[in-house]
Amino acid sequence: MPDLLAADATIGNPAINISIFGAFVVITLAITFRASRNNKSAADYYAAGRTITGQQNGLAIAGDYLSAASFLGIAGAIAIYGYDGFLYSIGFLVAWLVALLLVAELMRNTARFTMADVLAFRMRQGPVRTAAAISTLAVSLFYLLAQMAGAGGLVALLLGVSGPVAEALVVTVVGALMIFYVLVGGMRGTTWVQIIKASLLIAGALVMTLWVLADYGFNLSALLGGAADRAGTTGVLNPGAQYGVSDTTRLDFISLALALVFGTAGLPHVLMRFYTVPTAKAARTSVVWAIWLIGIFYLFSLIIGYGAGAMVGAETIVAAPGGVNAAAPLLAFELGGTVLLGIIAGVAFATILAVVAGLTITASASFAHDVYASVIKKGDVPANGEVKVARITAVVIGAVSIGLGILALRAGLNIAFLVALAFAVAASANLPTILYTLFWKKFTTQGALWSIYGGLIICIGLILFSPVVSGAETSMFPGVDFAWFPLRNPGLVSIPASFLLGWLGTVLTKEKPNEAKWAELEVRALTGIGAEKAVQH
Amino acid sequence: MTDPQERRLLTPEEYRAAQDSPEFVELKKRFRSFAFPMTVAFLVWYLLYVLLSTYASDFMSTQVFGNVNVGLLFGLGQFVTTFVITHLYVAHANKRTDPIADEMRDRLEAHDYAPGAPAGDTRTQGATRA
Repeated sequence: MPDLLAADATIGNPAINISIFGAFVVITLAITFRASRNNKSAADYYAAGRTITGQQNGLAIAGDYLSAASFLGIAGAIAIYGYDGFLYSIGFLVAWLVALLLVAELMRNTARFTMADVLAFRMRQGPVRTAAAISTLAVSLFYLLAQMAGAGGLVALLLGVSGPVAEALVVTVVGALMIFYVLVGGMRGTTWVQIIKASLLIAGALVMTLWVLADYGFNLSALLGGAADRAGTTGVLNPGAQYGVSDTTRLDFISLALALVFGTAGLPHVLMRFYTVPTAKAARTSVVWAIWLIGIFYLFSLIIGYGAGAMVGAETIVAAPGGVNAAAPLLAFELGGTVLLGIIAGVAFATILAVVAGLTITASASFAHDVYASVIKKGDVPANGEVKVARITAVVIGAVSIGLGILALRAGLNIAFLVALAFAVAASANLPTILYTLFWKKFTTQGALWSIYGGLIICIGLILFSPVVSGAETSMFPGVDFAWFPLRNPGLVSIPASFLLGWLGTVLTKEKPNEAKWAELEVRALTGIGAEKAVQH
Repeated sequence: MTDPQERRLLTPEEYRAAQDSPEFVELKKRFRSFAFPMTVAFLVWYLLYVLLSTYASDFMSTQVFGNVNVGLLFGLGQFVTTFVITHLYVAHANKRTDPIADEMRDRLEAHDYAPGAPAGDTRTQGATRA
């Protein structure tokens, strides 16, 4: 597509973009190597030796959570749809209160490395661990796919290259780097990549926000007026441009809102970050930092989004390679020319790299710790066997996600949809089970299995029969129509269904809850006795 | 692998005794009486906001000053309440739950809840450690 190349050449300098990204890679690799010197035990590899401070972990969580879909996607949605893009970001933020109030500290106190540690705590180990590992892998894979496809998609826009070969090459490079970070640095290296990325991302967004506001005399109303003038309608300031079209789109938005607010605290890669700090109190501090950083970042996104709407204009954004995702980079170019565009482009790449590294380590830990060590080997593994398996798994997952990422890119799968799907699965399969495990004395193995598998199957099943997959112009398979479920997001049905199944599975079994383990779980969760401590070197 | 010894050292009986102790009942009550109602409150407020944005867009489009409308103020209000609830929770945990949790943790480590320990000792900290 030579046209895109020509269009790109006028908005930025690929050499600058690549060199800034290259600098990020070199610096983070150096840090990863330094960090890896202390990697000895499983606690080092999975949980950074539990030596990350609350503050650092808060930054790393922000780095993990603010994916390219957040950064580019939300700013772009606000630039084009206005208010409805803003709605999206609020769900992502409010969701953190679930993590703070109900999940983070209790999980930190009761588990060692993975989500399954908590879910299987008072249940029959084999079946529940397997179920939790399957759901962890499902969520991580959808999330990973979204990021990999996003990486390829960004290329057309930011590096001035396009075409299937170049995009596939970029996905491969991102995947290879990710595998390298995870293999060499383990959780410690991954954490530092995320910390650096979060700092760069927030600093970059701050610069753009102040710049936009300065252009409008630090008057929010004037900026909103500018966006409305450019769009030719005050509609961008009001809700409804995207989701208010029909009754179905309204229900769809409510469904999405539920998936966002209940999904965050069930994302395995977010949960795993809580194990990297030394105490429950540090886990609390890290969520507090994460909430402030993420909240402030979304406020920046609001300004950047309306700024792009006002100063670049929706038509220009939609016409640019990368479409909606181009809003923030185009605004950066409008404001600060090639240099600012280069910085924002480099940050966007760094963002993807940091998120995929976090996902890979989570998925590999879940397989090695839950499936290999606990279920297959029944805990009988040599000292370093588990970490060895985790490293091998990381390579396999990396390779699989490179392949699937290239396919997803070729099939034109929507990135925001894949991320929303990951949230929906996490909200349906994981969160109900976590809450029951932590707070309901009578919860049993059968209840846990029903809520995990039930939530997972209903969630994915409904998506298969939704307009996302077939029956609409924007579907994956527009030619056929086997869609009978009208909503694009299944959360409205699958989340209550999973809660119901967890309850039903529990009351319909003769199995008695393990009261001794319940006492241990409750006392450990609330007092922190017996919680894993930091590794001394 | 470093499997900590302390977890083995605490018996199921000790966990049961700790769970049944009045201080744990109080700790649990303090934790739940903050976390549960607050969760319901922020979820209701969030859902109200989502419903207003989807089904009452005329109301949300009412201009308040300049180009700022009700919807934007409610949206920013969600940020404010999130930050405020975060702060309230931390204050609550520091003041109301951490002191009990810290004391119980020390006593569990000292095996104060073991069945053999003299009955009075489960209530008065310090007696067994002095």
